[in-house]
Amino acid sequence: MSERTVAAISTPYGEGGIAVIRISGDDAITIADKCFVSFSGKKLASLGGYSALYGKVFSNGIEIDDAVALVFLAPKSFTGENTVEISVHGGKIVARDALRAVLDCGAQLAENGEFTKRAFLNGKLDLASAESIMEIISAKNENALKISRAAKNGRVSKEIDKIISDLLELAASFSAYADYPDEEIEGLNFDNFSRLLSDIETKINRLLDNYDMGKVVRNGIDCCIVGKPNVGKSTLMNLLCGSDRSIVTEIAGTTRDVIESTVNFDGLTLNLSDTAGIHDTDDIVEKAGVERTLDRLSTAQLVLAVFDLSRPFDDDDIDLINSLGQNAVIILNKNDLEAIADIKIFENKKTVSISAKESIGTKELFCAINDIVKTDKLSPDDAVLISERQRDCAKRAFDSISEAKNALEIGMTLDAIGVCVDDCLSALLELTGKRVTNEVTDEVFRRFCVGK
Amino acid sequence: MSIPEYKAENYDIAVIGGGHAGVEAALAGARLGLKTIMFTITLDWVGNMPCNPSIGGTAKGHLVRELDALGGEMGKAADANTLQSRMLNRGKGPAVYSLRAQIDRRRYSEYMKHAVELQENLDVKQAEIIAVEKRDDMWHLITNLGADFSSKTVIFATGTFLGGRIYVGEVNYEAGPDGCFPATRLSKSLEKLGVPLRRFKTGTPARVAKDSIDFSCLELQEGDEKTVPFSFSTEEKPKNKVVCHIAYTNDDTKKVILDNIHRSPLYSGVISGVGPRYCPSIEDKIVRFADKKRHQLFIEPCGENTEEMYLQGMSSSLPEEVQIKFYHTIKGLENVKIMRNAYAIEYDCVDPTALKASLEFKDFDGLFGAGQFNGSSGYEEAAAQGLVAGINAAKKVKGESPLVLSRASSYIGTLIDDLVTKGCSDPYRMMTSRSEYRLLLRQDNADERLMPIGYELGLVSKDQYDKFILKQQQKNEEIKRVNETYLSPTDELNELLISMGTAPLNTGVCLADLIKRPQLNYECLERFDKDRKPLPDDVCEKVEIEIKYEGYIKRQQAQINETLRLESKIIPFDINYDDVYGLRLEAKEKLNKIRPANIGQASRISGVSPSDISVLLIYLKK
Repeated sequence: MSERTVAAISTPYGEGGIAVIRISGDDAITIADKCFVSFSGKKLASLGGYSALYGKVFSNGIEIDDAVALVFLAPKSFTGENTVEISVHGGKIVARDALRAVLDCGAQLAENGEFTKRAFLNGKLDLASAESIMEIISAKNENALKISRAAKNGRVSKEIDKIISDLLELAASFSAYADYPDEEIEGLNFDNFSRLLSDIETKINRLLDNYDMGKVVRNGIDCCIVGKPNVGKSTLMNLLCGSDRSIVTEIAGTTRDVIESTVNFDGLTLNLSDTAGIHDTDDIVEKAGVERTLDRLSTAQLVLAVFDLSRPFDDDDIDLINSLGQNAVIILNKNDLEAIADIKIFENKKTVSISAKESIGTKELFCAINDIVKTDKLSPDDAVLISERQRDCAKRAFDSISEAKNALEIGMTLDAIGVCVDDCLSALLELTGKRVTNEVTDEVFRRFCVGK
Repeated sequence: MSIPEYKAENYDIAVIGGGHAGVEAALAGARLGLKTIMFTITLDWVGNMPCNPSIGGTAKGHLVRELDALGGEMGKAADANTLQSRMLNRGKGPAVYSLRAQIDRRRYSEYMKHAVELQENLDVKQAEIIAVEKRDDMWHLITNLGADFSSKTVIFATGTFLGGRIYVGEVNYEAGPDGCFPATRLSKSLEKLGVPLRRFKTGTPARVAKDSIDFSCLELQEGDEKTVPFSFSTEEKPKNKVVCHIAYTNDDTKKVILDNIHRSPLYSGVISGVGPRYCPSIEDKIVRFADKKRHQLFIEPCGENTEEMYLQGMSSSLPEEVQIKFYHTIKGLENVKIMRNAYAIEYDCVDPTALKASLEFKDFDGLFGAGQFNGSSGYEEAAAQGLVAGINAAKKVKGESPLVLSRASSYIGTLIDDLVTKGCSDPYRMMTSRSEYRLLLRQDNADERLMPIGYELGLVSKDQYDKFILKQQQKNEEIKRVNETYLSPTDELNELLISMGTAPLNTGVCLADLIKRPQLNYECLERFDKDRKPLPDDVCEKVEIEIKYEGYIKRQQAQINETLRLESKIIPFDINYDDVYGLRLEAKEKLNKIRPANIGQASRISGVSPSDISVLLIYLKK
């Protein structure tokens, strides 16, 4: 039985000067030879791997475009199968017609993520790498792309393989200790075990930390702008967005609802919500808005709290200051005007002085934001977990190894500790896909089919 | 010259070999009511221990316990002939407690010989089987004297006899162990049949005269004060009748061996058979672990009524004169007299991946293998397989589905799964690290895991089973009681806690929570536990372990449940892996060869990768 040969446009549809139609499967070359005719008269079937021919693509005898066809022979291709990539000129119509020509010659349309799925099934990618490719495809910004790439290149797998080899060393020591009761074996002592367990715990913990930062990079930071009416929240929002998303007026209380917007701010994605100003009000509509704001304040990862330097602070300002946590940046706005407010109340607190209207202090603002989200600590070279599934595995691994460490400290015997070490090991193997479970297979294929 | 043949009797089960595998196989088959015959090359050495005079040890002790729970004989025979008993690994945790006993070798053999002689439905015959043939839907076994026995099933338990060849330095000759005849013609017949044979080797150290050893400079190793029997049915605790001693090799030993290493048939390439990695000869140890200053050896008596002493850890295939030289370098053995020299023995065995988990050949209906024939090493490993092969031969004749023990159920299941799934590149020895479930597969709970199966099979008596049920009740009630008993923080109790190195109490505490503390145990809290009733030792042990390790046991149970889900994904026996698109070539070959019964087994085959398994899972879903 042979699996069907599939094809799809592998470049962004309608963008760019060149479009690539990828055909993968046993019959890829035969199919390509039916719709592609080289100028030299050579057939693609006569080529070795990694070679190309220049010619034309035809659909039912009608010429579509000039094209280059590049041949990859199994298993040396992305999918591990015979593959032909036909490059034609970009633009929706040419690419679509070329794909149609290929499909007419016997290929079937590839499902979303199908090339990646085949690469995984053919053993060309491990699970973590396959997942990261799906992330690359959907990367929202440049940093997200960088970490996805790092993961694709197997950095996560490599880091985890290192931990796995530590764990195996530990498990081997435990076994030697048990299996050779009368033998003298060096290095089997509490200190060694304890040190190894701590090392492993630290390494897994770093992965978990990086995941949280990586998630911030990938998904953006839920960020809300708060402050009493008319301190310049919407102006700040517009500054960040570079557009007039919020209605900015002189009348206090203009923004009655939470306005959401996603902006790329110096490489960081902020999921901004502008809010109704926080103050005591009798207006029913406004009151509902204030409640929603308070709700946001507690759930946001980042709070931008805006204060107006040009007016004295009142009780509403004080209330807001008191309700801020570690996740808040205190922004003193309107520094282009005369400072009237008494900033002593911010003693011992970090503040950023800006003028949203005049675009003063944006650099400082970015630094302050980064101090809180700490994504600048994330190097593109770090191993970063890429999905909730991976994180779940790492978390289980972490919990198991912590329990092992704890058990060793309280004096449990190694056979019990070994159970925790085994759990840690299998969670990590599951992460990289080296241990098969139904969930992994199901989850991965669910993703592959809804991807791109 | 062809031998004139005559027609001999007809059996349900024929067992070739009367060693540890053969004896268990024959007893199980006969006890299950099948007409059984056991052939042995010499009746004087039924159940012989041609290597160390001991049974048990790490993981091996577990096997004996499991065997006993299923109705095997080895545990009872060992208990009846114990010279010294020790529970190894005390203090290293209950999963790895391992019972090991020095055994009176000759008496053990006598016990086993008598057991098979007395067994109803079982005939015992001294003969060399020289051919196996299938005729008229029956297997025919031809003896060296021309008898033609027929049988519905045959169990090969040929040990080191099959194509046996002994090596001592430059000398080698066809032989079985301990001066017995080898089985020289059966291999050819098996090859003709198409059974894939290969060569393995093993070895044994010298036996030396007791009065030539200077015990005054050796470390003494005594038996446990409180001994524990192997068998769940042994009421009386085994007595320690002898002591063992420990000696060490030194730089001189190393020098003698290295100076003469070229005379070892292993290093000169004369022996092609693969030896056991985990039971290496002394020359192997010295070459492979060149940095190690010294190696231990144990001096163990072979019996109560013999002066032969066994030198455990010192097996060798060097020439006799070299053996004398290097044994003499060891402190305490300077004047030692060798009674029997050390030797290596090479023999024919089968690639066990040719077998199903029932131990029946995949391609030969009614033929089974057990013990060293299947590539394992060790008496206990052999006995365990013998029992399973005996049971399954009986089931085959009765038309019942075979007994397959899961990895999660036992070391026996793990042993067989490893053999038939992964195969073995050297003689397979059981170790606790072979099991991923060792906290559950403890020696103390082998009865809980397997006795219900043994009883259902009909190999465990009603009386024995009732005793087991009673102990289960006692255990469960006591665990419940201990969980419901609260102790208040008295000065006396706190004094004990502090003296045991654990925190004193401020408030009342559940007794179970105290037992959970690693520093404390069930026994030491007895005087604070007013309502405690006296219970048998083994029940107390189970109570303590189950309470102390509750959290970890639950964790392991979860691991088992997880893998059971893959085990339950059955692969049809007639699947053709060439048809499964996306499998790599190596995986296709391996899968076609092993023919795993389920996805779990498939995932354990070396050369089958996780992505292959994913491919398979998707294929099966279609």
